[in-house]
Amino acid sequence: MTFVKTHYNRRSFLKVSAATGGGMLIGFNWLTSCTSATQGGVAVPNEWFKINGYIKIGDTGMVTIYSPNPEIGQNVMTSMPMIVAEELDVPWENVRVEQGMLDEDSFNNPQFAGGSLSIMLGWDALRMAGATGKRMLIEAAAKEWGVEASDLTASEGMIKEINGSRSMGYGEIASKAVGMEVPEEVDLKDPKDYKLIGTAQKNVEGQKIVTGQPLFGLDFKREGMLIAMIEHPPAFGMRVKDFNQAEIKGMDGVRDAFIIDTAYEDEGRFDVNAFNQLIAIIGDSTWQLMKAKKALKANWEGVSPLESSTRHAASLEKDIERGQLQEERKDGNPDAAFARAAKVIERTYTAPIMPHNTLEPMNFFAHVKDDSVELVGPTQTPNNLRESTSKMLGIPADNITVQMTRMGGGFGRRLYTHFGLEAAAISKKANAPVKLVYTREDDMTNGIYRPAYRSTYKAGLDENNNLTAFTVKGVGFREGPVFPDRFPAGAIDNYYASKRVSPSNISFGAWRAPRSHFTAGAEQSFLDEVAEAAGKDPIDLRLELFDRAKNNPVGKEYEYDADRYAGVLKLVREKANWDTEMPGVHRGVAAYFCHNSYVAEIVDIVMESGEPKVKKVWCAVDCGIVINREGAINIIQGGVVDGIGHAMTAELNFENGKPVQKNFDAFQLIRHSQAPEEIEVFFVENDISPTGLGEPGLPPAVGALANALYKATGRRYYHQPFATKDQDQQGEVLLG
Amino acid sequence: MAQFNLNINGREVQVDVDPATPLLWVLRDHLDLTGTKYGCGIAQCGSCTVHVGDVAFRSCSMPVSQVGNQPVTTIEGLSENGDHPVQKAWLDHDVAQCGYCQSGQIMNAAALLKSNPNPTDQQIASAMDGNICRCGTYVRIKEAIKSAAANS
Repeated sequence: MTFVKTHYNRRSFLKVSAATGGGMLIGFNWLTSCTSATQGGVAVPNEWFKINGYIKIGDTGMVTIYSPNPEIGQNVMTSMPMIVAEELDVPWENVRVEQGMLDEDSFNNPQFAGGSLSIMLGWDALRMAGATGKRMLIEAAAKEWGVEASDLTASEGMIKEINGSRSMGYGEIASKAVGMEVPEEVDLKDPKDYKLIGTAQKNVEGQKIVTGQPLFGLDFKREGMLIAMIEHPPAFGMRVKDFNQAEIKGMDGVRDAFIIDTAYEDEGRFDVNAFNQLIAIIGDSTWQLMKAKKALKANWEGVSPLESSTRHAASLEKDIERGQLQEERKDGNPDAAFARAAKVIERTYTAPIMPHNTLEPMNFFAHVKDDSVELVGPTQTPNNLRESTSKMLGIPADNITVQMTRMGGGFGRRLYTHFGLEAAAISKKANAPVKLVYTREDDMTNGIYRPAYRSTYKAGLDENNNLTAFTVKGVGFREGPVFPDRFPAGAIDNYYASKRVSPSNISFGAWRAPRSHFTAGAEQSFLDEVAEAAGKDPIDLRLELFDRAKNNPVGKEYEYDADRYAGVLKLVREKANWDTEMPGVHRGVAAYFCHNSYVAEIVDIVMESGEPKVKKVWCAVDCGIVINREGAINIIQGGVVDGIGHAMTAELNFENGKPVQKNFDAFQLIRHSQAPEEIEVFFVENDISPTGLGEPGLPPAVGALANALYKATGRRYYHQPFATKDQDQQGEVLLG
Repeated sequence: MAQFNLNINGREVQVDVDPATPLLWVLRDHLDLTGTKYGCGIAQCGSCTVHVGDVAFRSCSMPVSQVGNQPVTTIEGLSENGDHPVQKAWLDHDVAQCGYCQSGQIMNAAALLKSNPNPTDQQIASAMDGNICRCGTYVRIKEAIKSAAANS
């Protein structure tokens, strides 16, 4: 049994119980919030008892678990409560889940959705919330029966005497557990004893989703609420000067129109925003505001250069060829090794700017009063939004509440706070509750985009086809796409990594698996070419390198676990029968480590009517302990589709500061007929603490796709989007 | 502004709106039926799919004045208890990730199965191509439609 010191100290418990109002009894009208009177055969409670920030137990034994983190489709609203329920030891069918409010003290856990970190960072807090709850129920029962806690055992929502016949349900003792002292230490289950963790459980909001219940920010409505829309400058590098305010204010359904400014001192990391000044229009209905937006006649003024995609490409090329790159890691003497090499291969990879395109456009509800703010909507970083709103409005953060709605996609877009701040600024000026709604065009042309990248990889092979030298240099807007200590660092004697940021006035940010989605595509297709030049199987080449990294590592510490990395490659090789030729099937492989998890993928392409079609994708995943098998498979499948779709067709072009593509008629997202026909997912079984899955499934799909396309078409794919970009590349394998 | 009598999910309702207002916004803003989603406003993503008669329509691009007396069904009215074979199949296959597009996917799939009770994989792909799932649940959507076809 793992013995872990609880982080639930008495002080934090007192804070929780004080917040619940003395008597510990939580007033709750079940019937208004749920249509069914029972759950899993358990009746609706008359009274609920709050055990801690996560757990509320009803007198019938029904359990409510509050899910702390924002739900963007990564399914944490199911998986996080499963962890609590495992340690609390209650039947999952007796559990109902609610989204928790922003209250990081009470949850003892950071409440954000980013970096695939929810499960990894929440693992201890979630288990301890369940385990301390269970312990308190046992101690309450022991007191009730006049026995020692050690005489009792608890399982499946029941407490039993070990050497006696008495038993009672959690619901019967919950009221008495509320006053119990929170244990300083708790026993946590050994992974081999898990009953719920590792099983396949359905999305707890599935029924609400398939019946169209109002779950999303865009669905939120409040009595007296007005709708708000914004108009941002048409080009990056422009600012609003004035607009036909009187005419707009006179339109049907328009209540007011004005310019807001969301700028403030000391902006935070997630306050990226190209346009602080915006035209805001408020009114009664969405359609009337859409019409008012079309009737806008605004004067814009230039404040910085208007950039175009041709300039972007040229500036990245110039920076990588002639710019000063920052050295990130150097092992051995790459120059000398290249001079000695029998073969040298050098390739350049590029990717364009792209938007996130969450299907639910940006929106937020805000009600700003004299000294308090209510915020409701889709945010991956509720705490950042609260802090930023506090700074912008000069209202204490303690007086600002943030309610997280289910999100119609995140992908990193909703890490950024600006749309919440805009809603707050509009509400303050309008002195009314408002829901800000972006149109699709607003959303696509006022993005916090994935930056464009350019990387050059160079490899040297000796006369025995050993990889003796490897360099990577990368440039990009916002960030250079290089992870210097990731694979193959540590596996090659002579290694050099460098990067540089190129300037731009366009707003850039994190896009699902930031940088990794590009570096995986580039590096993994480069290694495929290197393996070919060396006359080696691409999996064998990688396994040789992992052996080297493990047994005789080069240079300073590297980031990955070579055994786990090799493990997913071996697993996918076996499951997909990689070593058996399949006539008509063109296969590509890639493996990548990011966000603390390891994923290897094999893409099978067949030619249909002369066109490549992804028939099947095989995935092997090592994320440590899998919490919810069904959700885990789903999110990996989604990452594969996302990776393939964006690598094939995604590109946002700029002309004179203006995004060219504005909606889904011009910007192509992957559709049913282009998606892989089948995606099979396998997990490495181990009992390592769990890591994330929201992002790691995506990056290897790009590399495996490029490698399979090469087998199918005979052409290498270097430049995204693969479907439309010229793939010419100078230089075949050079003799050293 | 003009008055329109509509039949939505078997209920007669009256709205007083600009005749050009898309059915989508009548449903969402005036009738509080927010299960029908806004995704693009130009009939490219399918999030706003409803049935007009038995046929799937993109409600974002259909002015309310064109609905006439044809019955409109939204996700809220697809079944009384949320147990239409397509809804059940969606739950069985645990299709949703974020869930935002799924009411449109379900409405489109239900219309497909009404006109073609046993579609091939290719027919499913082509009928569903107008419905974007940004999370990439396409494999599950296909499997769910096949299950619904088998069970209805």
